[in-house]
Amino acid sequence: MSVLFAGRRQAAPAHAAVPSGRLRWLRRSLVGWGFAGPATALVVGLSIFPAVWAFLISLQKWNGIAPAKPIGWLNYQLMAEDPDLLAAVRHTLVFTVLFVPASIFLGMLVAVALNRPIKLVGFYRTCIFIPFVASAAATGILASFVFNPQYGAANSVLRTLGLPQQQFLESQWQALPVICLIALWGQVGFTVVVYLAALQDIPKDVVEAARMDGANRWQVFRHVTLPALGPVTVFTSIWQTITALQLFDLVFTTTRGGPLGATQTIVYYVYTQAFKLTKFGYGSAVAYGLFAATMLITVGMIIYSRRSRIEAF
Amino acid sequence: MRRLPFSPWHLLLMPLALLFALPLVQMVLTAFMPDGDINRFPPRFIPTRLQLDGFIGLFTQSQALRWLANTVVVAAIAVLAQLVLCSMAGYGFARLKFFGRTAGFLMILATIMIPTQLLMIPTYVMFSRLGLIDTLAAAFVPWLASAFGIFLMRQFFLSLPAELEDAARIDGCSTFGVFWRVVLPLARPALATLTVFTLLGSWNDLIWPLVAISDESLYTIQLGLANFQGTRHTQWSLLMAGNVVATLPLIIAFVLAQRQFVATMTFSGLKG
Repeated sequence: MSVLFAGRRQAAPAHAAVPSGRLRWLRRSLVGWGFAGPATALVVGLSIFPAVWAFLISLQKWNGIAPAKPIGWLNYQLMAEDPDLLAAVRHTLVFTVLFVPASIFLGMLVAVALNRPIKLVGFYRTCIFIPFVASAAATGILASFVFNPQYGAANSVLRTLGLPQQQFLESQWQALPVICLIALWGQVGFTVVVYLAALQDIPKDVVEAARMDGANRWQVFRHVTLPALGPVTVFTSIWQTITALQLFDLVFTTTRGGPLGATQTIVYYVYTQAFKLTKFGYGSAVAYGLFAATMLITVGMIIYSRRSRIEAF
Repeated sequence: MRRLPFSPWHLLLMPLALLFALPLVQMVLTAFMPDGDINRFPPRFIPTRLQLDGFIGLFTQSQALRWLANTVVVAAIAVLAQLVLCSMAGYGFARLKFFGRTAGFLMILATIMIPTQLLMIPTYVMFSRLGLIDTLAAAFVPWLASAFGIFLMRQFFLSLPAELEDAARIDGCSTFGVFWRVVLPLARPALATLTVFTLLGSWNDLIWPLVAISDESLYTIQLGLANFQGTRHTQWSLLMAGNVVATLPLIIAFVLAQRQFVATMTFSGLKG
């Protein structure tokens, strides 16, 4: 602090020309906004402004060219009776229910394994992280090859094991679970990294104390490690749920919503409604519906974690 | 404690690691494979001979080289802009006192919750009125600054001791001089994290270029690949060559800077 005050006193003569406190405040604000302004303007202009505009569009019937027609809440009423949207919601929820617990469980398991002092850990870690940097486009194209019913590696493996051949992405029933597997392949690296960091934050002496008191490895995991991972689990659950609810890229690069609409997700539906059928108003309403649902689920998960006494936020 | 010569964890990790790595190995091998090896039954994993037909086909039958150049331009502009703009804003919000600072920062925090899908339609309308649709600018403008980047840099600057800056100010440095000469050189770890975050996002983005760009010569590599797949769905060596071209730069970056990648993932996971 003394350095700080000394600095002020030293700097004072330079500012002696500034007559009043108000002018100095104005000058400081100009400097401050000179620093913060450009980025703030971009972020606000590219998110808060369009977010408000999207809400106004959602109250209109508009194709982007002809004059918009205000129709009140009609778009939102139409959503409730739209069977294609309900199907998209169902597919998205099925995907979320498959994807989130699996990515949490696998992430935790692999992180616990990688946290052991064993050989080859660096090799294992690199292998499991690398798919995370591959784009959804590349992952989707690679997956269409691996799961191709004729020349794909997946059916080759099944054949070697003497198991029946599958249609995978070309089957109405298998496509969504297969997309879930592909998403896990790309995303588990993320949960592993987050869990590894959390595991390394657990103080070693707590674990040792529990071992001294006669706890076996499972008991240490159950009563020391697992509670310590609580906050991270809340966070990763929320993060992965949001990711799952917004699934689009992988569907676009594998099935394009097919076969027979079986992998049409909410965001894919927004994309087709808005940019294929130019229903900007209805598309915005569905996007707002998804946003509201995501917020509700997130808040619900936070409240649940508070009730369970996990301090995550 | 009994010590096994071989940890049972290998039984879990080895198959998993192979499951994660082998598809990528197959991607690279297929890119160099003759079509005869790919289309035979049962398919081969190891090619009988290596050839460059996939890459030659990719670059002669599509504008992949152009798409790659577009992506490099988009990612470079995005990374540079975020490094400058987000670190300046982060410094402003962390250290400078000015009118509207708290309100401005809270507004930025609030935007983190807005999903991009919600913004696509109005952003598309806005960009088409500004004449940005079907230009490369459409692809990079949304990446010029980010709430995540501002937040990351602000948190980092808050953790730096203020004494250094005060010392520099005594020596007569202007606010910008302090930021540029004293603070920024110390911020390398945070800047590396921000670089990785922006590079990953802008290089791999698909849905926004898909919406905003329809001129084939302005495609990014991801968009080009996704559309190329629709028309060439059986030419696997071509498609896998495209995949290699689109993925390899990031994989190399990952191997070179694994620590920064992990730091980025951890930051967005634990504090984001």
